[in-house]
Amino acid sequence: MIPKELRYLQTHEWAKRGKDSGIITVGLTDYAIEQLGDIVFLELPGVGEKVTKESEFCTVESVKAASDLYAPVSGEIVEVNESLTENLELFKAEPYGQAWIVKIKAEDIAEFESLMNAEDYEKQLKG
Amino acid sequence: MPFISNTLEQQDQMLAEIGLTKQDLFADIPAGLLCKDFKLPPGLSEQRVRDSLAELAEKNSTHLTCFLGGGFYDHFTPAAVNSIVSRSEFYTAYTPYQPELSQGTLQAIYEYQSAVCRLTEMEVANASLYDGGTALYEAMMMAHRITGRNKIIIDDSVNPIYRMMIHSHTRNLRLEFEESQCKDGLADRGQILERIDDKTSAVILQNPNFFGCIDDFSDIATAAHDKGALLIVSCYPISLGILKTPGAMGADIATGEGQSLGLPLSFGGPYLGLMAARKQYVRKMPGRIVGETTDASGQRAYVLTLQAREQHIRRDKATSNICSNEALCALTALVYLSLLGKEGLKETSQLCADKASYAYRRLTAIPGVQPHFRGRWFFNEFVLDLPCEAVDVIAKLIERGFAAGVPLSRYYSRMENSILISVTEKRTKHEIEMLAEALESVL
Repeated sequence: MIPKELRYLQTHEWAKRGKDSGIITVGLTDYAIEQLGDIVFLELPGVGEKVTKESEFCTVESVKAASDLYAPVSGEIVEVNESLTENLELFKAEPYGQAWIVKIKAEDIAEFESLMNAEDYEKQLKG
Repeated sequence: MPFISNTLEQQDQMLAEIGLTKQDLFADIPAGLLCKDFKLPPGLSEQRVRDSLAELAEKNSTHLTCFLGGGFYDHFTPAAVNSIVSRSEFYTAYTPYQPELSQGTLQAIYEYQSAVCRLTEMEVANASLYDGGTALYEAMMMAHRITGRNKIIIDDSVNPIYRMMIHSHTRNLRLEFEESQCKDGLADRGQILERIDDKTSAVILQNPNFFGCIDDFSDIATAAHDKGALLIVSCYPISLGILKTPGAMGADIATGEGQSLGLPLSFGGPYLGLMAARKQYVRKMPGRIVGETTDASGQRAYVLTLQAREQHIRRDKATSNICSNEALCALTALVYLSLLGKEGLKETSQLCADKASYAYRRLTAIPGVQPHFRGRWFFNEFVLDLPCEAVDVIAKLIERGFAAGVPLSRYYSRMENSILISVTEKRTKHEIEMLAEALESVL
């Protein structure tokens, strides 16, 4: 399942732009979630922290490994999904909905526009 | 695991196969650092080796009556401890690489962790670290990871050896240390509370402190927590039989040197680093952790848990470079504590305090000998001021068969005449009397 309206990173994060806003919601694609196996822990960044495009901002731990998540854009974390840390099964149930991880206020919206679209991401998965 | 050696010919064959020479194997090491000659003496027969080692061993003063402390103590170890831990099922010094295969080892570590939690009144403990000093360093780094802050307040009454270890570990890190000076033997609230701010990662204290004085850091814990900082307390496990525990004081991380729990005094160890913390911080804790679970058939089983913190999974972002533990030393501590039991530990602890108190009264009755900190509560160690330099007195007492104490001039300026004396349950009234007489005669 690769929603058409979202943008993607090679490292399997999805990014969604709020309507006419610079706020980018970030999550993990269901492909990544399946690869990770059971997710047992999510370590969120703090609100107000600065992130840089393609640098790590958060860690998920599964029974197999600890993996870093990479930011789709540079900016500031404006919201984190605290309730997700208590309900990790949402990753599997609603990867593109309730399992959003953070919201980032983008410094430069062009960075979002330059992300992969659904078609390219699908190609990456198949390739 | 079989060790497969290969001959020089086989090595040459293998190198020839991949087109390299022996020199190529070391090509990455700069020429100046390559060791060409190890300056080893020629080989000796087994008998000659034994003789020369025996000769060396004779240089150790093992006959002295020991009043030395400063973090490492001469406690009595029941013979049963060694007899249990030297069973061949246990006698391996290393973490098994296929851990779940060794259920016995894991169960022992799990029980050790439980014992450390009960001793410190903390919620989670790890499978042990190298020694009290590295445990304190790891605790400090753990606080840094939890808070994301760089400032550390450390009191100068924390064991100077531990402080030295912390500084050498952190030399190339961007951490900011502020050292508070203890006042009349106790942590100076004025200095410490004033320094705690929203950049402070942790306050590091020790109880009993290096001078043997005992304190209750509850107020400092509250002040630290108010600013989002943590309190780390280094403790002396035997003292916890009667003293207020780090957990009861509100400490976030407790560490300690476990040598006093049945391990012999030896130069360079192996010693035992205790570490326990509040449960909410377990994912930031270094070292191995054993957990209890049930196996496929529903039976109790033990596993290494939360391994995503560790370097074989987390790689460079692991909580620590520690990927091992002092399994055999931890087992020794567990066996020691189990044999003593709750009451036995209390009794040992009380004996240490009582005998130290007696020694203090006896020694301060000697003309010219003064307590350094007046009216302070202490556990089993205290500082005395002598009428002359402590190092000279100590040297004279060694000739009379006593390791009388630690000269504090070694670590503190303006304490040339001060000596740190420790008394454990092993010291008899007679030995204390003999020390007093010897001290009187050399002054």
